Amino acid sequence: MNEMIVITEQELNPEEFTARVRRDSNGAVVTFLGTTRDSFEGKRVIHLEYEAYEEMAYRKLEEIRQELKAEFGVEDIAIAHRIGPVDIGHISLVVAVASPHRKEAFFACHEAVNRLKHSVPIWKKEVYEGGEHWVACEDHEFSEEPSSKQADAAPAPADND
Amino acid sequence: MELSVRFFALYRERAGCSVTQVTVPPDSTVADLVAAVREIYPRLAPPEVNIVVAVNEEYAEAETLLSAGDEVCLIPPVSGGQSSPPHNPALSLPH
Repeated sequence: MNEMIVITEQELNPEEFTARVRRDSNGAVVTFLGTTRDSFEGKRVIHLEYEAYEEMAYRKLEEIRQELKAEFGVEDIAIAHRIGPVDIGHISLVVAVASPHRKEAFFACHEAVNRLKHSVPIWKKEVYEGGEHWVACEDHEFSEEPSSKQADAAPAPADND
Repeated sequence: MELSVRFFALYRERAGCSVTQVTVPPDSTVADLVAAVREIYPRLAPPEVNIVVAVNEEYAEAETLLSAGDEVCLIPPVSGGQSSPPHNPALSLPH
C-alpha cells in the first residue's frame, strides 16, 4: 500500500511519506512537518486533539493534489494528517512534494499546506490546564456565555486589543 | 423528508451527538435545514454566525436544494478560516 493521502491515529513517520514522492526524474524534494506546539496566546497547552470528517477530508485533499498538479505540474505529492489525541512536540502533518526542480516543489508544498488549512474539514482542539479550545472557532463564543468550562473562564479581562 | 445530519468537533460537543435525524419539508434548502437544526440545538452557534454546511461531502451554498438521502454535515470553522475563499485562483509561481 502506497497511498498518497493518509489520515491516521498512528504516529506519522516523515521518512515514509518522503520516500513515496521520490523518483529518479525528480531533483528536488520538500517535506513540511507540522508539529504540536506547547503554547497558545501565553497559555500552556498540555496536548492536542484532531478530529476529521474523514470521507470529505480525503476528497478535499485529493482535490488539492489535483489542483497543484494542474497548476504547477507537480506530480508527486503525499499528505498525511494525524487525528485523535497528539502529545506536544509530535508531528501532526506531513506534506512531501517532489518535482524535477526545487522552485515548484517549495511552492507546491507551501500551497498544499495553505489550502489544506482553508478547506479540509479537520479540526484542532487545544487542551490547557483548566480548559480547552477549538482552534478557529472564536467567533462561536456566546457573548453571554456563563463561565462554565470554557478555556477563557478567567475573571472578565479587559479587551486585549 | 428526513435527513441525516452529522456534527463534528465543536458542533458535535455542543449538540451532544455525532448524528441526528431532522425532518424538513420537501424542496427545503440548506438554509432551511440549518434553521431547523438551530431550532433543535439553539446553543450550536451564536445567531450572527453563518454555519457552513457540506452536502454529500462538498461545501454547499445556503440556497442549495436538498434531496432525501443527502448526507448533510455542519462544518465548524477549520483552522485556516472558512469564511474566506480557499485560495487565490490567480496565484502563479513566484519568479
